[in-house]
Amino acid sequence: MKELEYPFDSDYILKSSKKIRRRLLESGTGFLSKKIAVLGGSTTHDIVRVLELFLLNRGIQPVFYESEYAQYWQDVMFDEPELVRFAPDLIYIHTSNRNITRYPSVTDTPQQADAMLEEQYEHFRVMWEKIEEKYGCPVVQNNFEYPFYRILGNQDAVYAQGRVNFLNRLNGRFCQYAAEHGNFYINDINYISASYGLDKWADPFYWHMYKYAMCMQAIPEFAYNLSNIIKAVFGKNKKSLVLDLDQTLWGGVIGDDGVEKIEIGQETSMGQVYSEFQSYLKAQKDIGVMLNVASKNEYENAIAGLEHPEGVLRPEDFILIKANWEPKSGNVAAIADEMNILPDSIVFVDDNPAERDIVATQVPGVLAPQIGTPEQYIRVLDHAGFFEVTDLSEDDRKRNEMYKANIERQKQQHSFVDYREYLLSLEMKAAVRPFEAVYMARIAQLTNKSNQFNLTTRRYTQSDIERFAADDHYITRYGRLEDKFGDNGVVSVVIGRKDGQEKALHLELWLMSCRVLKRDMEYAMMDSVVHACLSCGIGTVYGYYYPTAKNAMVRNFYADMGFERIEEKEDGSTVWRLDITPDYEDKNTVIRVEK
Amino acid sequence: MDRQEVFERLNEVFRDVFDDDSITVTDATTADDIEDWDSLEHINLVAAVEQEFGIKFNMGQVVSMKNVGDMADIIISRLS
Repeated sequence: MKELEYPFDSDYILKSSKKIRRRLLESGTGFLSKKIAVLGGSTTHDIVRVLELFLLNRGIQPVFYESEYAQYWQDVMFDEPELVRFAPDLIYIHTSNRNITRYPSVTDTPQQADAMLEEQYEHFRVMWEKIEEKYGCPVVQNNFEYPFYRILGNQDAVYAQGRVNFLNRLNGRFCQYAAEHGNFYINDINYISASYGLDKWADPFYWHMYKYAMCMQAIPEFAYNLSNIIKAVFGKNKKSLVLDLDQTLWGGVIGDDGVEKIEIGQETSMGQVYSEFQSYLKAQKDIGVMLNVASKNEYENAIAGLEHPEGVLRPEDFILIKANWEPKSGNVAAIADEMNILPDSIVFVDDNPAERDIVATQVPGVLAPQIGTPEQYIRVLDHAGFFEVTDLSEDDRKRNEMYKANIERQKQQHSFVDYREYLLSLEMKAAVRPFEAVYMARIAQLTNKSNQFNLTTRRYTQSDIERFAADDHYITRYGRLEDKFGDNGVVSVVIGRKDGQEKALHLELWLMSCRVLKRDMEYAMMDSVVHACLSCGIGTVYGYYYPTAKNAMVRNFYADMGFERIEEKEDGSTVWRLDITPDYEDKNTVIRVEK
Repeated sequence: MDRQEVFERLNEVFRDVFDDDSITVTDATTADDIEDWDSLEHINLVAAVEQEFGIKFNMGQVVSMKNVGDMADIIISRLS
């Protein structure tokens, strides 16, 4: 919904939240339902109200538990029965500097200040550990905003007795904990309050009147930022930027002005603005955002512009460059198609509102933000939080290379007549093994973001994954695939539950990343699962298919795998059965599998 | 802005905030008359009224409002 996309009108959202909510729920979108516990150190009513809108707009339907006023710590430490019953999928702790119970005073020694810092930190740390042990779910924790006054003036940040100094150090400790613990995310209200304007944010009116830690008008920006983390944790990040060229990546129109006249580089102010923007995009690529181009231009001109000696981005930074005179909507749809990603994981960046409108309406799901004028591009894209980082995995950083290799493979595919011969030429190597510690985060990430090749679409947290791995009643497999063009990383996950007698296996999850479609990786996974079954005396495997809006491509997956359909329900879900015997013949003949 | 105009604009704000087009506020309207108007919704209502009239109430004014009539009086005094 446009009204909820950054940059948004906060006053409108606050005033019309009921109407907006009604329309979101009526839109008929398939929502992912999640239970979110909001444990507050101050009033949370309007935060929950606005957060719900932003989450709904991102396809997540939250069910909330709200602690009684300022009971965040007690709820966790004393096992509040209602919270225990609620069994949250995520816990958000909304604390602020109003929850600091003791600050150093000017008469205290630095040692006393250190002791107080330790005391405040411990108060939180014991709670986080309790949550990890009791609930094992992801935790989002606010850090602290600066105080709105400074007893020691500018030296408040310098002396251990100053509150600014105290909060800076406490924030440092929070970050350190986050860096050392998976599933624990800092909601950086220190940054958000600064970005909003601390004096407005900390308006004491709202604290003394209503016990709000920030002013009412700041709540939409605050809640939006929080929703960025939550949607990223639940696998709803965007994946790719599709960029226009003229007036978006450089100033001027290259077809009219020629490559020597476009504005990029240090010569002019406008050129500098575009250079900074290109640097920003290059850094996005390094965190795993896939860059593509959709531009109305001659292809040669597009490449000439990207090869401009003063430019930061190079043609090889992009996966696909569509420069032609076709409508952009067609080019954006083609990019989604060729990369095997869904349109709703694409952000389209174009200075021209008409182009944005066409793409957003013709390719449903694609977001086309109002990026403003060139000097605003970075702020708008950055604050929009499309690609919020939760874990900086090796896979994320290499994603561009992997997709690029994929396009290379597709090109080569056309030069082979026999598909099997083509697959052999890829020299594929796979590792298919039970879940291992180093891949738990990636496996959990895959369960949350795979939509198309996903038989049951069950979403799991990292702690769920760790539990399956440790439980003898489950057979788990992850698959990594490498080939001569590059390493695809972990691309497939299977989880099977043994039945009571340990004679049958129920496949609760089977998913694969679409970047390795039609590579026979599913056969390699199947072979490994079958061998695991046979080695522990299991003779029957049951497969399940639950239809969603996005997984039609695997409707007949189990039939292709040789299963027999034994049940079909009205909602289209199906149950499949395969009897296996020791003379099972491996289905995969093209990938070399390391056991 | 006369009192009637203030009331017309207030009425719109109430309808937006409570998402209910049947609301018509008068001098005597209080939280008891509107089902969803509780102490928490009151915060949002005050913020929306402030935005509508481009003013900011101080704490003393918010505390002293007893009904919509009081609210309108404060708005008129602030606008004049």
